Amino acid sequence: MSMTLPPKTPSGGRDPAAISGWAQHPDRVGFFTDTSICIGCKACEVACKEWNEVPDDGLNWLGQSYDHTGELGADTWRHVQFIEQRKRPGTADEGLDAPLIEHVPLAQLGREEGFRWLMSSDVCKHCTSAACLDVCPTGALFRTEFGTVVVQADICNGCGYCVPACPFGVIDQRRGDGRVWKCTLCYDRLKGGFEPACAQACPTNSIQFGPLDELKVRANRRVRQLHEQGFTDARLYGADPDDGVGGLGAFFLLMDEPEVYRLPPDPVVPTRDLPAMWGAAAKAATALAVATVAAFMAGRR
Amino acid sequence: MSTTEERSVAATNADGSERRRSAGRALVPDVEVRTYYDRSVLKRPTWKHWIAEYFFLGGLSAGSSLLAFGASRTGRRALARRSRLVALAAVGGGGAALVADLGRPERFANMLRVAKVTSPMSVGSWVLAAYGPATGVAAAADVLGVFPRLGAAAEGVAAALAPVVATYTAVLVADTSVPAWHGARGELPYLFAASAGASAGAAALALTPVAENGPARCWAVAGALGEVAASTIMERRLGELAEPYHTGRAGILSKAASACALAGAAVGLLRGRRRRGAIISGALVAAGSLLERFAVLEAGRQSAADPKYVVKPQRERLDATRPSESE
Repeated sequence: MSMTLPPKTPSGGRDPAAISGWAQHPDRVGFFTDTSICIGCKACEVACKEWNEVPDDGLNWLGQSYDHTGELGADTWRHVQFIEQRKRPGTADEGLDAPLIEHVPLAQLGREEGFRWLMSSDVCKHCTSAACLDVCPTGALFRTEFGTVVVQADICNGCGYCVPACPFGVIDQRRGDGRVWKCTLCYDRLKGGFEPACAQACPTNSIQFGPLDELKVRANRRVRQLHEQGFTDARLYGADPDDGVGGLGAFFLLMDEPEVYRLPPDPVVPTRDLPAMWGAAAKAATALAVATVAAFMAGRR
Repeated sequence: MSTTEERSVAATNADGSERRRSAGRALVPDVEVRTYYDRSVLKRPTWKHWIAEYFFLGGLSAGSSLLAFGASRTGRRALARRSRLVALAAVGGGGAALVADLGRPERFANMLRVAKVTSPMSVGSWVLAAYGPATGVAAAADVLGVFPRLGAAAEGVAAALAPVVATYTAVLVADTSVPAWHGARGELPYLFAASAGASAGAAALALTPVAENGPARCWAVAGALGEVAASTIMERRLGELAEPYHTGRAGILSKAASACALAGAAVGLLRGRRRRGAIISGALVAAGSLLERFAVLEAGRQSAADPKYVVKPQRERLDATRPSESE
């Protein structure tokens, strides 16, 4: 239950497996996706599909640069994004809001004019306070011993509650199947002592897998390094254990604001307000009961 | 190159391009929200029309159980019997609608596999599992004329659970990331309670002889007015997030719901003591309640579909708290 956040570990992280009934459990693991070194090869998308036998999600021309996948969903568990910006890499804000990129053929864009291509491999965030897991009425969604969030396909009855609950728009119902699907952080591979397929396939180490505490140390070092090199817009997303979802199990190094990457700028788990919501419902329910008495008292006259 | 003035005029995409949608449709006025190719941050709810129908039928059943309880305690036998039967039929139909909406209907029993207080749907499933059979026993005992004490006890259980059945659905939709629902978490329970009362009053008003329809008339009129008042207050408090309730299909549904509710209340007040007036009033108020449920469902879909409703409030919240670094 995430109405109360799991207590912090000595290293400053949070341990959701411990409050989910795992007395003995391995370190919490996750992803650090360093988008500054993503080259957009989509090896992660392919490796994920292959390993997890995720069905195809259509061959579409979306007009989103080299992104023909669209967004995360029931049949897309890793998604590589392509963002084209008229901006010299390493400069702060110059030329950010330049006119439509389509007006200028890509080949004519000289380096001095400024052009940068942001690429990022998006994935389920495996939240510390996971809304999907909180609202699931069947227990199909559960917290693993690794601190990740996984759907049990043999339990899910397709009620769809987790879909609008997720603040990141990740989990979705699969058409023709009825159940919901999302990244499992390769639960089966973790059990066998392997790293997730996407991380193993990533040729630049943009996707790093490991114990979350270690990844955060590495990520902070990387941000400092980028700032020193003049890439002042580098920042971490989801690394703060005190944010609205208690921090993410899959966090990111971004080169622009989160919303540019289809990430909510300040996500909050909706169940955080659950006690207040039941309070409001209790008052409304009482009003309805009082109205019953009133109607029969009034009707008596 | 562009300046901040240009920036405030047009919403921009991640790549700096103007948002095409703002030119084509009036849905998105000029606000500065940066997005990934205009894609929604959230997934649209997968719930189909069944869910709006369940919200209506669950409310109708809950309200009818309360009316049945009051009627049997005050000796209105015709009102009591009709309300008991409506309560049973509505909860049966509502349950069927819930199962029909599942992606895997044959697994509906998994709803009772665990009990979770963090899931309003789990709480609701358990409440319904007690409430449904209670309405069945109450109605059966009455119609068959057997086990009067058991029937009365079942009626008491149904009436005790009814206020929960009528309002938990509001918590269910509010406990999501959908801006138009989560933002209305303080008001939706009142809207759903009023809607439940209105529909139950309406059904009883249309079905009960004039001699016993006093309380039903009272509920239909008060419920319909309460529903309009609650939705008005909700939209006022939502501020910018009220837009999904005004625009598109949700806007049409919402206006139709208010029109039906107000017309039904007026007919109920003026002609509710006559049979024909009671039937017309009941039909209008019930239609208003049903349309309101569809309006809420559609407004949620619309607010989830547009990234503006997610990004803008969060960006403003973040920018407001950023200097202090405390939140």
